[in-house]
Amino acid sequence: MPKRTDIKSILVIGAGPIVIGQACEFDYSGSQACKVLREEGYRVILVNSNPATIMTDPEFADATYIEPLTLECLEKIILKEKPDAVLPTMGGQTALNLSIELYNSKILKNNKVELIGASVDAIIKAEDRELFCNAMSKIGLNTPKSYQVSSLSDGLKVLKKLSLPVIIRPSFTLGGTGGGIAYNIEEFKDIVSAGIDASPESTVLIEQSVLGWKEYEMEVVRDKNDNAIIVCSIENIDPMGVHTGDSITVSPALTLTDKEYQKMRNASIAVLREIGVETGGSNVQFAVNPKNGKMVVIEMNPRVSRSSALASKATGFPIAKVAARLAVGYTLDEISNEITSVTPASFEPSIDYVVTKIPRFAFEKFSGASKTLTSAMKSVGEVMSIARTFEQSFHKALRSLETGLNGFDEIHLDQEDKKNFILSKLSSPSPKRILYVAQAFRENIELNQIYESCKIDHWFLKKIQEIVDSEILIKKNKKNITSDLLYQAKLLGFSDFKIAELTKSSEDQIYKLRKKFNIFPNFFKVDTCAGEFKTNTSYLYSSYEIPYQSLSYEKENIISEKKKVIILGGGPNRIGQGIEFDYCCVHASYALSSENIESIMINCNPETVSTDYDTSDKLYFEPLTLEDILEIVKLEKSKGQLLGLIIQFGGQTPLKLSKDLERHKIPIIGTSPGSIDLAEDREKFKKFLIKNKLKQPENGIAKTSNKVKSIAKKISYPVILRPSYVLGGRAMQIIYNENDLEKYVNNIVDAFGDKPILIDKFLNDAVEVDVDALSDGKNVFIAGIMEHIEEAGIHSGDSACSLPPYSLSENIIKKIIKQTKLIAKKLEVIGLLNIQFAVKYENNNELLYILEVNPRASRTVPFVAKATGNQIAKIAAKCMIGKKINSKALLPWFSKKKFAVKEAVFPFKKFKGVDVLLGPEMKSTGEVMGLDVNFGRAFAKSQIATGIKLPSKGNIFISVKDKDKPFIKVICKRLVTLGYKLVCTKGTANYLKTEKINVSFVNKVIEGRPHIVDMIKNKNIALIFNTTEGNQSISDSFSLRQAALHTNVPYYTTISGCKSVLLALENLKENKLNIKSLQSY
Amino acid sequence: MFFKSNISNFSKAALILENGDIFPCLGIGSKGQVTGELCFNTAMTGYQEAISDPSYASQILMFTFPHIGITGVNNEDIENKKIFLHGVIFKELSNHYSNWRSLKSLNKWLIQNNVIGVTSLNTRNLTIKVRDQGALKATIINGVKKKLNIKSLVKKTADWSGINDNDLAKVVSCKKPYVYKNITKSKNRIEIVAIDFGCKKNILDLFLKSNFRVTVVPYTYNYDQIMKFKPRGVFLSNGPGDPFATSRLVLHTINELIKNNMPLFGICLGHQILGLALGANTIKMHHGHHGVNQPVKNLNNNKIEITSQNHGFMIDPKTLMQDIKVSHISLFDKTIQGIEHVSKPFFSVQYHPESSPGPHDSRYLFNKFKKNICT
Repeated sequence: MPKRTDIKSILVIGAGPIVIGQACEFDYSGSQACKVLREEGYRVILVNSNPATIMTDPEFADATYIEPLTLECLEKIILKEKPDAVLPTMGGQTALNLSIELYNSKILKNNKVELIGASVDAIIKAEDRELFCNAMSKIGLNTPKSYQVSSLSDGLKVLKKLSLPVIIRPSFTLGGTGGGIAYNIEEFKDIVSAGIDASPESTVLIEQSVLGWKEYEMEVVRDKNDNAIIVCSIENIDPMGVHTGDSITVSPALTLTDKEYQKMRNASIAVLREIGVETGGSNVQFAVNPKNGKMVVIEMNPRVSRSSALASKATGFPIAKVAARLAVGYTLDEISNEITSVTPASFEPSIDYVVTKIPRFAFEKFSGASKTLTSAMKSVGEVMSIARTFEQSFHKALRSLETGLNGFDEIHLDQEDKKNFILSKLSSPSPKRILYVAQAFRENIELNQIYESCKIDHWFLKKIQEIVDSEILIKKNKKNITSDLLYQAKLLGFSDFKIAELTKSSEDQIYKLRKKFNIFPNFFKVDTCAGEFKTNTSYLYSSYEIPYQSLSYEKENIISEKKKVIILGGGPNRIGQGIEFDYCCVHASYALSSENIESIMINCNPETVSTDYDTSDKLYFEPLTLEDILEIVKLEKSKGQLLGLIIQFGGQTPLKLSKDLERHKIPIIGTSPGSIDLAEDREKFKKFLIKNKLKQPENGIAKTSNKVKSIAKKISYPVILRPSYVLGGRAMQIIYNENDLEKYVNNIVDAFGDKPILIDKFLNDAVEVDVDALSDGKNVFIAGIMEHIEEAGIHSGDSACSLPPYSLSENIIKKIIKQTKLIAKKLEVIGLLNIQFAVKYENNNELLYILEVNPRASRTVPFVAKATGNQIAKIAAKCMIGKKINSKALLPWFSKKKFAVKEAVFPFKKFKGVDVLLGPEMKSTGEVMGLDVNFGRAFAKSQIATGIKLPSKGNIFISVKDKDKPFIKVICKRLVTLGYKLVCTKGTANYLKTEKINVSFVNKVIEGRPHIVDMIKNKNIALIFNTTEGNQSISDSFSLRQAALHTNVPYYTTISGCKSVLLALENLKENKLNIKSLQSY
Repeated sequence: MFFKSNISNFSKAALILENGDIFPCLGIGSKGQVTGELCFNTAMTGYQEAISDPSYASQILMFTFPHIGITGVNNEDIENKKIFLHGVIFKELSNHYSNWRSLKSLNKWLIQNNVIGVTSLNTRNLTIKVRDQGALKATIINGVKKKLNIKSLVKKTADWSGINDNDLAKVVSCKKPYVYKNITKSKNRIEIVAIDFGCKKNILDLFLKSNFRVTVVPYTYNYDQIMKFKPRGVFLSNGPGDPFATSRLVLHTINELIKNNMPLFGICLGHQILGLALGANTIKMHHGHHGVNQPVKNLNNNKIEITSQNHGFMIDPKTLMQDIKVSHISLFDKTIQGIEHVSKPFFSVQYHPESSPGPHDSRYLFNKFKKNICT
């Protein structure tokens, strides 16, 4: 049956900001859905608060709303756009939950809007644990014994019917937030209470744990005629007990017989039927008892998910595209498989390779957080790798992570009792557990004993053991690396770097040896059908194969005769490098294609749009390491004209490689590596600034701790310290005295070795400004100037910012523009440039400092593009291939009628016990944008979009450091005028009383009860302004911020933040929020 | 692990194609030399079932999935006690195995069953070769002692008689009739006879599950011999080889059954033979269908079934008689996947509804047979 004609317009709901558990995979699925629905002729209305997405590019929808994902905004959009249908399955848990709200509030019914893709009944049946378990038992499937409770006392009652450990799962939350595994009664009480708080329904499921069972996932697609297919099976190497997002996984499932696989297949389809997923993709999770094959259903998601993105990339079957078509009435046999083009989508992909996914964590950013992995997801990104064997695939994935691993790297242990130490590490899941498995083999621990500790399937353990054994063999033969030895090492997936490490030679030497012996990888297609059909796809991966291959056999990687450019992607998402850079890479690809240049993408992040097989002309799903890139360059250079590599779009990942690429004489287009180095190298940069009469905060550079100290003293405290060549302010810290300095230097030497340390004078109370600019080498175009809301010292990625600036003078803006243009010219920038300035007000003077110059795409590029309407990443890519900027064709960056505020989103709730205070080290995972007619309104929207509820009345708690008191006075007066009641601690209260402001008093936590935390927990506080300074008062107020975090009370920890909130509240009082599409600005 | 034997050991085994290509590789399973028709199977699970499937007689089966043997072997997942295929090709044979049901390694089982195999080959390139050039004759050698006489090996391979026009049922069919699992007669069970062209065990198991009692007979049994068992329906089993060659011996029997309106159900080779009996022709396919992901459309209700398939011949659609309708087609290449008589109780499918290995989407056909018998 053809598509539905009774619906004309469809509202697609996005997933909002990147958070742990919901990353750019929903940009991938959402943009696919938008593309398909427009192709089918529907009017697409899109709402998403995340400006860094491809889906919010104006050409992806007929009306694009970058607005908060709240019921209020959605209702306004529905009233204005009058869509016929809402597609809720592309935007993760956020969109599902929102759709249920829309349904419950009758907004859908009153406006005659239909939900397509999933019905409310199905969503609720899948998400409500009790209904789900009942549904499963109805179709004869087992689920772990479980009980739903809404209070701790009920929880304790049901615990009598179960045995510890148990798993606690809050209903309707994302990535298991608020849940966990309780091994004892104390943990049980903690997790149940926290889980009830975290659940929007205030319920948790207490479930008998099946720890140690094998875990599987099935990606299922079903159409309205009840045709169902399994797109991909996924096996978690980490057994039950680790959230699937945090587990290392392989595809297809490897350790199931066909009998077991088919049982799971039947069950998966039965689950979709029973839950009532009538069209679209779902994922069903199972646990299997390794002792007897007993199978239980763990859960299902009635929507596309992180796993479906992985499955799409793993097989070449675009689940989101197909699901979108099914949602508008097609059946599976009516949709063609785009990869083979001769077969329909109604088949089950067969793959002839092994796919490995490894999550990437950011624990180093959250000191104090436990690294133990549980049922609540903690990873911030992931890598995927493809190769013909498990060994090669796993090795590739390890080096794709960019965490410094070159394989199963050794863990150096000083413990006396290494064996028991390792066994304890094996029994407690952590990001490093897989390395401990290898270490266990090195320490000659028996396989069975390793199995008993970690319950990772024997087969995987055996494979790791073989790899460890091979390492020893390679080491033994280091003096005589023969062609055989090298070939076999490559067949087992060892990287050149790893082989060099084992044989005490260099990566270059091994590469030369490979050349000498003619040992190179083969490239194969991801074709959905294991070679059964001829395909035209250009989605490729490399793998080493046995030599002696007859040359007449088809080479699958066809090298074109065209002009071409290779774009290096950004690798796995991490804090500081995420979707923004993928956005830039995707735009580069679009720009190249529009200029008829073959675009070739290399990336290893399965969540992204850049690794969608139809984003670029050619996609190599490969690690971003020198070795892997060299192999691709070698081939692509062999025919046609390789103009060069784009390295300025993928964040730090490709930049780190620039020197190596230069050494190998690989052409780089855009700003030269020399200029990049000039900006990154402190000494050279300092000279450059002096030469051009530009000012930077006093600074120095040192390699030894004594030198660091003496420089700090010379500059005078506070100073800001950081290692060179890092992104996201990794290990960056403001140091107020010599004691702290000592601690910092010791830690840093451990983590970063001999990298020089940079020391800068910290500018107290300065305003930070971010500038993005474009340059073609001659013309410089100011793309956007953003004023940070938080003062300098807070990482720019964590700070909210406003475009245009809301408080800077015209004079200083002129100065910023002038200096930006000067730097762009002097650095011979071709492409994008980002500069961070600081404006300091001293004795009525405005002093302008340059903090950082980055001749590359910055995190703010997509925000600037959305705020101004100029697609600057595309223009930058065109500059790199020699096009000139036509400023007249661009929109001015400044408009008095349009303010855009970017706000960061933080993962603190995921890391128990970590302070929420911000500093120079970046901690946010994502961002939202608020767009409106003035700053206050835009700021309000940005806050609401992060999930905050700005109160219209109630108590505001105020406690500020002495220095801030004069500023808070004004704020408080206006808050009182707006009708809020103020609650303060003694110092602030006394001060405000002398200013004749009516406040009530509350105890600090250390002053006895009832205190402020009691008030917060009792929900008597609607908003918190709390600025602190000094270690003592920071630790005193820690419990306050934690309480606010867990009770969802908005809190502001800087005075500039407080001022902005005041403006927001005033504006909201005046007029309610309004919505407006990007296209109508 | 590769390191145990270095690459120079690879010459200890070899794959030789009829076109003269030769591939040094590693030997697995039993030692020896064998020639067969090279085909590939894209299933990612179910190697034990596939290897023991009699339909692969005379073929060298190559798996496209690289790791084979991960779950070892057990006593349940076999489709026939005796193995009839000529050889196996894996990219990698898993020495280590892991599954709660597994009893031994795949290699051990191959040796015990005298199956010759080779491994450590670029199976993807070979698959593409077969896809593009069609089923090839091939020889595999496990245990090369001295230098190979390539010329004579290639000639021998090319001269092998092949599957075309080869009645392989005579190799795999049972020699004496037997009642499957010695089920005793009862009112509740429907009596049928299964003509054994190389029947898979799971088909018989599913008949039992659907309350049939099955007497399996050699494919050479004639009408009278069959009717002695008083069947209410006759099943034409799957099997290897060229259906036309096999049909010469059985067409007469089937035609008698047809004439007497005996309900008939055929699977795979049985389907082709029913087609021949009903007046159609069969033709050899380019490289056939071998996998468990094959979409088939049921034209009676427009539903899609993901099926298990293993066939190198097919019914020529141009030769179908008027009273025969196509009930199922392949969504991959639109070939016939099922036929039924417009008015009489005869139907058959080209694919494997018993699917061992493979998805269970098409098991309703066993009930359809029952319905045809009972109404």
